[in-house]
Amino acid sequence: MRITDQISVSVTAIKQVAPMIKEFTLEPVDGLLTPFSPGAHIVVEMGSSGSSADKQSYRNAYSLMSNPMYSRQYRIAVRLQDDSRGGSVYMHQQVEVGTQLKISPPANLFAPEWMAKKHVLFAGGVGITPFLSYLPELQQRKAEFELHYMFRSRQTGAYSAELRDTLGTGCSCYDADLGNRCDIAAVMSGQPLGTHFYICGPESLIDAVRTTADAMGIPASAIHWEAFAGAKPGQPFVVELSQSGLELAVAANSSLLETLESADIKIPNLCRAGVCGQCVCDVAEGEIEHRDSYLSDSEKQSGQVMMPCVSRAAGERLVLDI
Amino acid sequence: MRVAPKDIQSFRDDFTYSNSAEAIERFPFPFAEDEYRYSVNMEPHLPKGGEGSAYEKFLDIDEHYLSEMAEREMVLNEMPHRCLAMAHMDLACWDMVERVMVSLSEDYPDYFSLTREGDRWSWENKLLNIKDQFTFGDSSSLPMPPLDYIGRQVQGDFALLDQREGDLFLDAGIITCPADWSLAFDAGMSFKEWHGPVPMAHSEGIFDRALKYLIAIPVGKPVRRLNWTLTVNARMDTSPEKYHEWGHERTSVTPENVGEKVYLRVEVQVLDRMPRSNAMMFSIRTYLLSLEDLVTNKEWAVRMHRAMKTLPEPLINYKGLTRFHGTVVDYLSQFDPLN
Repeated sequence: MRITDQISVSVTAIKQVAPMIKEFTLEPVDGLLTPFSPGAHIVVEMGSSGSSADKQSYRNAYSLMSNPMYSRQYRIAVRLQDDSRGGSVYMHQQVEVGTQLKISPPANLFAPEWMAKKHVLFAGGVGITPFLSYLPELQQRKAEFELHYMFRSRQTGAYSAELRDTLGTGCSCYDADLGNRCDIAAVMSGQPLGTHFYICGPESLIDAVRTTADAMGIPASAIHWEAFAGAKPGQPFVVELSQSGLELAVAANSSLLETLESADIKIPNLCRAGVCGQCVCDVAEGEIEHRDSYLSDSEKQSGQVMMPCVSRAAGERLVLDI
Repeated sequence: MRVAPKDIQSFRDDFTYSNSAEAIERFPFPFAEDEYRYSVNMEPHLPKGGEGSAYEKFLDIDEHYLSEMAEREMVLNEMPHRCLAMAHMDLACWDMVERVMVSLSEDYPDYFSLTREGDRWSWENKLLNIKDQFTFGDSSSLPMPPLDYIGRQVQGDFALLDQREGDLFLDAGIITCPADWSLAFDAGMSFKEWHGPVPMAHSEGIFDRALKYLIAIPVGKPVRRLNWTLTVNARMDTSPEKYHEWGHERTSVTPENVGEKVYLRVEVQVLDRMPRSNAMMFSIRTYLLSLEDLVTNKEWAVRMHRAMKTLPEPLINYKGLTRFHGTVVDYLSQFDPLN
């Protein structure tokens, strides 16, 4: 059996699937890709092949949206982010057919709950991607489901026509640019007991569904979400590592985790979005700007731990106990 | 030299099970230090120990293969519910079929072969004289349910753990050689529920840390740990279902027979993320070595004595050693120069 850390792939097709979204087909440089489970993502490493020192590298997580049973290629879709730190700009402007990229093996933090009586999927914009890998398995298992897809057709809305064609009444689309809105409370009320709800999209959508669930008495364990926000830029700062004395400058466009990685410091991580909890670091000194959704409020207030994938220094300097 | 499967020996009644000199040499001795300490002790499941080592291959096939497969068949014939899979675990069972067939055919091409053309698969197990063609993913194309089918062809117990709600649930398994736990009883339990009886570790937060680590294990990065207990006679099936047959044997240990009657039972446990279902495959590969065979290795004899001597009382009781632990320590003390 192969033990894999990184897989080399080459981009074999690029398709504009919405005004702001490009779809990338990735094929392995050699061998076959591993099968994956619905909802899995990969981390794509970009721009690290160049030799010049000022060249920035990015690592972003993207949901796999191809059929999980088909292991000759993976497909991902990337939305050009308004406040991109460079990753989505790189994917949109630098990557061409033939470009080679390094990807992580698939990991899954957003798997369907197979014991559910029914699955209700809420997608916002590019948040449709993980659900595209749900659909083949939901259909294979003859599971009951409905998809509610919200987008602005001037920016997003990829695959909406195909989804409506194949799913029929199983798919409801809401184009805000045409004034169509999803009444979340109406969708959630009247669902059978044992229904699980899944959300992938902006924070406002996640909050809306969670708040509605709370008001309706739907248990938190029946609500699953994947925040699609990775690291966002911030003020530059200096990080000191207390055990080695090493000092590193974290640029405005880099995350603390990326800065540590570029100094060959290995920190376990999976989601790179402040959700999975793997990269937690002990903080010895300095104010923290917490941006994650993993740590509890009391942990955040303690000022002793942080998630370097998304969180940053609130001041000019931070000392990590590593 | 790699050990080859030998003729069938028994793990019950007349207990003809025995280890060759090579099997003794490759036994996965679990104690890394003199004093016994509780730990999660997980490491990446990578090859170590070189050719012939119990850790050389992803799945270890050794000289007891035919004996263990015959024993498993006896258990399942008598108690079919020792293999079960809840309906939502079907894909996980096929994940396991793939993992086992691919690694056995790659690692032991003389014994196993697999040909895949799309979802048309051909499997041959020359040791058990099995040759089948089937459609991958279609359970009706196999002569028996997928977990039952593959479980009867590979040494060790297997549990398939569904991952949901940030937890692991024991929702499928083929368990015929457990160290005193029951699949039927534990089925559907969460990680902490099925570890409920384990003493000491709950308050030390071991299970919280272990669970957090386990649910983050990615595809292609399996980890292993060792577990151990002592078993009276070379009995594989020490299940609660069969307690009436083996429980009383713990009173039969005497200073005269302890060396041949008491076995160190080691489990090499591997946790491996299944790619298609996101389930965790938990394999428990059991090795048995009599104390008299164990003490032929001088280092092991000394270490075994010290580990047994410092074993905390709650663990002696939990592992069911209360009745003969003293006899074991006395026997081992003769091999420890510091004693």
